[in-house]
This record gives sequence, C-alpha cells and structure tokens, in this order.
Amino acid sequence: MSLCNENKSENMIVIDWSNFTPFTSLLGGVLIGFSAVLLMLINGRIAGVSGLLSKILVYKNISKNLWVFIFFTGLLLGPIFYSFLTGPIKSNSVVDIPWLILAGLLVGFGTFIGNGCTSGHGICGLSRFSIRSLAAVTTFVFSGMLTVYIIRFMGS
Amino acid sequence: MKILFTLISGVLFGFGLAMSGMLNPSKVRAFLDISGEWDPSLAFVMAGGIFVTIVGYWLVFKKEKPIFSNQFSLPERKELDIRLITGSVIFGVGWGIGGLCPGPSIAILSNHFFPAIIFTVSMIVGIIVGSILFKPNKLNVN
Repeated sequence: MSLCNENKSENMIVIDWSNFTPFTSLLGGVLIGFSAVLLMLINGRIAGVSGLLSKILVYKNISKNLWVFIFFTGLLLGPIFYSFLTGPIKSNSVVDIPWLILAGLLVGFGTFIGNGCTSGHGICGLSRFSIRSLAAVTTFVFSGMLTVYIIRFMGS
Repeated sequence: MKILFTLISGVLFGFGLAMSGMLNPSKVRAFLDISGEWDPSLAFVMAGGIFVTIVGYWLVFKKEKPIFSNQFSLPERKELDIRLITGSVIFGVGWGIGGLCPGPSIAILSNHFFPAIIFTVSMIVGIIVGSILFKPNKLNVN
C-alpha cells in the first residue's frame, strides 16, 4: 500500500500524450528557423521579437527601422494564412486580465533587461553558440517552470 | 526586394508559430508544467528551429555580408552579468504566468485574441519602464 503511494507521489514526469504534437511543432520550429536564417541572409539581423520591439519603442529611429514594421506585418499575416489552411487557431488563455497585465509587464521588463526572449536568445542565440543566450534560456525556462509549479502548488 | 524578403521572413515566423502551437497559452503553460501533465511539444519547436538555424547561419556567415546590408549586426558581448540573469528570471516568471512570450503575443493579435491585446500593451509598458530605469545595452542587438 505505502509502496504504491510512494510510486505515485514520486516526482515522475507524466506526459500529456493527448495534446502532444511532435510533428507539427517540429515543422513549425523548422519554419521559424528558416525565417531567422532568411532575415540574417538579407538584413544581417537577429530575428528576436523582443529586441525588434524595443528597437522601435526605445531607439525610435523609425526611418532606419522601417523594416521592423514590415517584419511585424508578416508576423501578423502568418497566422492568418495558417488559419486559411487549417481552420481557426486554438488559443486558450490561462489567466484573468489582472494576471495577464502582470505577466505582460514582467515579460516586457524582463526581456528588455535580459536583452532577449525565446526567439532572440532561444533560436538565434543558441544557434550562434552564444554563452549569454545559453545562460538566458536556461534561466527563463527554469524560472518559467518554477513559476508554473508554484501556481499549481497554490492551486490557482 | 529587401522589403519583400523581410515580409516573407515575418510570414514564415508567424506561420511557424501558429503551426507549432505556441500561439496557444495553455499549450505553453503545459510545456512549463513538468509536475502536472507535461506536454513536451515546445521542445520540438526549439529543436527544429535551432537545427535549421545552426546550419543556415553557418552557411550565411560564410558570406562577407548580408545581401541587402553592409554588415551582420550581431551582439558582441560575451560575458555573463547579473542583468542578463535577472532579466531572464523576470521574463520566465511572466512567461509562466501568462503562457505568452513576445513573438506569439504579437502574432496572435491578428487572430482577434483579446487576452493578447491586454498582454501586448502591458509588455510594451514593461519595455518602456525598463528603458527608463536602465540604459539600453547598445551593443546588444537581440
């Protein structure tokens, strides 16, 4: 009896097979990779969304950064094209508005201070074997997992 | 031509995000939820993206310069600092709470996903507050 309970309460990882999408996720990642490579090939730029966002918000050199708006236009068009092919995109929010506001503030502030997010550090930085990006990605994945763990623990 | 290819790059990015499942905050949350029912899909997004980008960058960096620009604009700093780590911790907390990071939160705006509007506006405020409190690292592009 106690053995059985022990097995259950061990920190074993339970995989959610019903929502697991290895193929579309891998292919989606491959397309994001092609996007990052293309941007480097034509513009010599890192495809990091938080970096591009702060480029137009903070540095304010609009004429020099017009291409960022064009990239963002494409970023908005991409999901529209995808939904033409496959139907509506599934998006379920996980929190209420006050928590969304807090989350947004933290993400904006944190990516500005940390010079990058999942795309800039995660895709582009790791692919350049950047030590800073490796440290950043390890840190934010760990801190994200810890946050979700705490939220689960608090039962909200 | 430069405009067209920049647009294509953005479309690929948004299309890839949509296909990967990253536009769904509950899926992102499930990836970070290793103590619950873990959905490892997003590790495949990273794996696919990084594999293509390692090979692609390796080929691109063999060129002297980009096609429509005079130089590659890459971050030059190598050393770790407390600011990088602190920022990443804070970003991770926000990512865990909302299940959204900057790319998806913008891409999903075109899908009339109301929570993303709230999130994105807050994110912009966060960036501006950060830039007021801390000087931008001008050497860092990403």
